[in-house]
Amino acid sequence: MKHTFADLHLRVNWKDQAATARMVTKAAALGYALIAVPLAPETRTEEIAQLRITCSDVGLDFAARVNLHPRSQNELLSQLRKLRRKFEVVCVLCETKEVSRQAAKDRRVDLLNFPLLNYHGRFFDRAEAELASSALATLEVDVKPLLILQGPTRIRLLACLRREVAVAREYRLGVVVSSGVSEVMHLRKPREMAALASLFGLDSAAALEAVSENPVGIVRRNREKLSSGFVAPGIRVVKGGKDC
Amino acid sequence: MKRTKRRYLALRLDSETVPSQKEFADAVWRAVTQLFGEVGASLTGLALIDYSAEEKLGVVRTSLVTVDMVRAALASITCVAGREMAVHVLTVSGTLKSLYGKV
Repeated sequence: MKHTFADLHLRVNWKDQAATARMVTKAAALGYALIAVPLAPETRTEEIAQLRITCSDVGLDFAARVNLHPRSQNELLSQLRKLRRKFEVVCVLCETKEVSRQAAKDRRVDLLNFPLLNYHGRFFDRAEAELASSALATLEVDVKPLLILQGPTRIRLLACLRREVAVAREYRLGVVVSSGVSEVMHLRKPREMAALASLFGLDSAAALEAVSENPVGIVRRNREKLSSGFVAPGIRVVKGGKDC
Repeated sequence: MKRTKRRYLALRLDSETVPSQKEFADAVWRAVTQLFGEVGASLTGLALIDYSAEEKLGVVRTSLVTVDMVRAALASITCVAGREMAVHVLTVSGTLKSLYGKV
């Protein structure tokens, strides 16, 4: 089966057009079909369209992503109300337990991302996984720290990720493996990302899903929701006018 | 005794400067031992079969069951001999003949 590979966390300074073009070209050369770049909430629609063109020039599909880092539950709800319909992928950086729980149960959140090196600030436990599995959120794991860290710090991170991924799989919660890189040299091929994911306990099929079906599914679902004909999941307007 | 199945991995070195064969081999071994320890590294049966600095290509051999381990170790390489570098797996094959046919 041919996979469509996606990287939902390519951190480029999109205002620097040369750097963006370099990164996007490299991603296409490495075999990705879809990328998402985190943008500032105030990014204008024209700027998003420009990025989409840059990507389509090299044969890449582009999804606009926003990273929310709210300090409270109310701030998260307010940001979601404002931004959900503007971006195709919404990721919440869960830095407090209150925010983590709200993000996990809110169906407008796509990705849950946890602070990498603050092990006491990673609130991904069974309760979180249970909430997320009944909503639509997915656990996102960035591989960048696995590339740049070494020794005890990496060992500790791997142990932490292994525990979290095991919990996620127990509750049938999707896992998305993203690069999270901002430098071209740190970009890896999708199958290499899957191999890195095997380090924290994903078997090869699940690891491949984490870089293909899972991220692509999120974008496809959200594009359908953002389309003008969408009414509710499974219901869409197919024809309008007086003769209906 | 059952014959060990092997796989050959063709590698592309992504860097501005090219390391020597010894530097590259050391970097691969270091990555494998850092990630999986010496016991894990001993299971891989890893060997550098071919290396071309001009073409920035390398070929390594490993056992079939440890292909993913070696792939992960290669992906974790970020610098060789102090110079920034990435190693990408171009293709995996069961024989050297078919590997060179694919590259």
